[in-house]
Amino acid sequence: MEANGGESSRILREIENLKSAKSEIERRISDLEAQLRDIDEKDETKTNSTRSCPPLSNGDSGFGHGLSPDMIYRYSRQLLLPSFGVQAQSSLLKASILVVGAGGLGSPALLYLAACGVGRLGIVDHDVVELNNLHRQIIHTEAYIGQSKVESAAAACHSINSTIQIVEHKEALRTSNALEILSKYDIVIDATDNAPSRYLISDCCVVLGKPLVSGAAIGLEGQLTVYNYNGGPCYRCLFPTPPPTTACQRCSDSGVLGIVPGIIGCHQALEAIKIASDVGEPLSRRMLLFDALTARIRIVKIRGRSSQCEVCGENATFTAKQFQEFDYEKFTQSPLSMTPLKLDLLPTEARISSKEYKERVVRGEPHALVDVRPAHHFKISSLPNSMNVPLSSLEARLPEISSALKREEEHASLYVVCRRGNDSQRAVDYLHKMGFTSAKDIIGGLESWAHDVDPNFPTY
Amino acid sequence: MQLTLEFGGGLELLCDSVKIHKVNVNPQDGEDKLNMKDLLAWVRTNLIKERPEMFMKGDSVRPGVLVLVNDCDWELSGQLDTTLEEKDVVVFISTLHGG
Ligand SMILES: [Zn+2]
Repeated sequence: MEANGGESSRILREIENLKSAKSEIERRISDLEAQLRDIDEKDETKTNSTRSCPPLSNGDSGFGHGLSPDMIYRYSRQLLLPSFGVQAQSSLLKASILVVGAGGLGSPALLYLAACGVGRLGIVDHDVVELNNLHRQIIHTEAYIGQSKVESAAAACHSINSTIQIVEHKEALRTSNALEILSKYDIVIDATDNAPSRYLISDCCVVLGKPLVSGAAIGLEGQLTVYNYNGGPCYRCLFPTPPPTTACQRCSDSGVLGIVPGIIGCHQALEAIKIASDVGEPLSRRMLLFDALTARIRIVKIRGRSSQCEVCGENATFTAKQFQEFDYEKFTQSPLSMTPLKLDLLPTEARISSKEYKERVVRGEPHALVDVRPAHHFKISSLPNSMNVPLSSLEARLPEISSALKREEEHASLYVVCRRGNDSQRAVDYLHKMGFTSAKDIIGGLESWAHDVDPNFPTY
Repeated sequence: MQLTLEFGGGLELLCDSVKIHKVNVNPQDGEDKLNMKDLLAWVRTNLIKERPEMFMKGDSVRPGVLVLVNDCDWELSGQLDTTLEEKDVVVFISTLHGG
């Protein structure tokens, strides 16, 4: 056993070393390629001005559209489209598109944008790849778990198309860096997952005059529209007041079928391609609503630019400086990053750590354990001998808790657990008021149980 | 008056997770027309089973809910004053933020 343990940790160490060497080499390759592109660009302008013979490889093939023979071959199926053709392809090759978020929406969007030949493609994300991302964030692979999403996405784009420029922005988008980053691109794709980012990105696009392709998906539904395009509305024209935080579902809480953001992300890439190449009718003043279960896509007509809009309206004076000083987290009452909420409702004596709970179980303390998660969560995994009473039905099911306690000895303790330790506090708070004065919540919920007590307990 | 009401983006959770409701709503006594304001009051009383504050604020919908009358933003037809007609389709959809 010991020898095997030593062997596997040696292998793990070697894998780590190789991985870091690999990413260093990839970084050097892309630096060198960027240098090469700069040199090529300078050469190209020189050749154009002197009208001399273009270089044989990778240069203009001299037909007036700027496409090299390699480009013609690579993009031939798009060039053959009468309604797209060389004109649209050259526009695409000159365009720059920024994708904010390399997650469920950003993954397919980036893959298609890289493949179709967008000249410069920027990726913003501060997160790292996790195993529970892979079902929907299809640009990432197992090999990149624990590494930066931007690096992972950039490597995937590069392996599809090494001839375009890919720019990595490994940081969260904030008021302090957004103007600088967005100003370098023609079109912005909002592939983020939270309300404050959506307001921040839309406002920044209005300040800079950039069209914004905005998509969202959760559960089995998706939505898509183009903001701030050709006199159309901005995000705030539609949603001047942020929704209550309780109405902002997140994939990590509500769940999402992987392909649903994938479908919306593909549509986002398509709208960006249309705008960049000046082809077709972008989805401005219209919104696409997608319902996966009934296989229905509905395109609805939405309002135009609102004259009263505080950011893009007639009398609006929303400046770059105001943007930089705007507090989006306060405005929407929710955080820009995904840090889960950590409630602190109860006094210390009404709480117990997962380790302490484990000790009490081992000691054989008589008790009842109530799990207040929704029933479909309980089905995924649960602690032995716990009874499921979802928070929403707690009031109606108090008698069940009473009888569970009576089945134990007198003075049996009552413990409450949930996924992360927020709902369990709400439940204990309520139970105290209803006379269950001994109720205690397990701090940090099942996540802390998995972290501190049983690493084999499944988390989600 | 026969109307089709649809709830989406999570709002269906407020009405027993049913997305499409074929309903019969008539103008109030003494009125000959039904407008969106009347319909919202009717929906709140007859369809919303829980957390009405997740659907309405005051006498309109809460921020973050788009209302579409026959696939058209109600902002373009007069919001609460939009007059409804036989067989109209009204969609209430909560804006999504996830990705
Ligand atoms: Zn606006």
